[in-house]
Amino acid sequence: MHRRNFLKLILGATTALLLEPLNALAALWNKPAFDTTKIKEASLLLGIHDEIISTDIQIIAPDRAENGAVVQVEIKSNLANTDAIYILVEKNPTPLIAHFVFSADTEPSLVTRIKMAETSDIKVVVKVGAQFFTRSKNVIVLENGCG
Amino acid sequence: MSDNMKMRAQLKGGLVEVKVLMSHPMETGRKKDDFGQLIPAHFVQLVTATLNGKTVLEAQWGTGIAKNPYLTFRLKGAKMGDIVTVTWLDNTGVSATQDIAVTTA
Repeated sequence: MHRRNFLKLILGATTALLLEPLNALAALWNKPAFDTTKIKEASLLLGIHDEIISTDIQIIAPDRAENGAVVQVEIKSNLANTDAIYILVEKNPTPLIAHFVFSADTEPSLVTRIKMAETSDIKVVVKVGAQFFTRSKNVIVLENGCG
Repeated sequence: MSDNMKMRAQLKGGLVEVKVLMSHPMETGRKKDDFGQLIPAHFVQLVTATLNGKTVLEAQWGTGIAKNPYLTFRLKGAKMGDIVTVTWLDNTGVSATQDIAVTTA
């Protein structure tokens, strides 16, 4: 076998191996929660309930965003044993933005950039075991980003 | 696939800060093109990060993540030379993956 063909074969096999678990993961994507237009329904579909307001959740986002297409948000949970962080924007056409699951070796903090259709609260929910904690931050959006 | 992602993993004060910039349109499916036709939804749905092959972060994303997604996360107990791998999969079945070795700041 020519070396080039052999390499192609190896590459193909590796890609297939890498994709297999991902395709299995694709089935995990919570379509109903991401598709719903109601924040309450999204929370329900994510299994979020009885969330407690907590100042141990830090949200750093601008008070006013010039352009809703790109709003940088930094989130940090100071709650021990944080399992997951959910980001929801109440007034977006589909409020659920993202859902992050952390391993024990990962700091429960992140920075990302989100879209905001209009002035709204960014609601962050933190899952600790079977409990949920929340904090919100209002962002005034001057130009909408969901065009 | 290396054009799809820019990554950096730096050791800072005992934590490894990983910064990722992905190249992706993140179309919501609600936007119209110049001809008034809806542009189909095209967005990253799943992101996973591993440290030396062990999963450290799993994310599900909707259309509300901004175009050319940006993500920072921080790992405990990682050291110089450790390998951080990030993989994303979008709603059309396209995926990209990239590795980076941890460096000092």
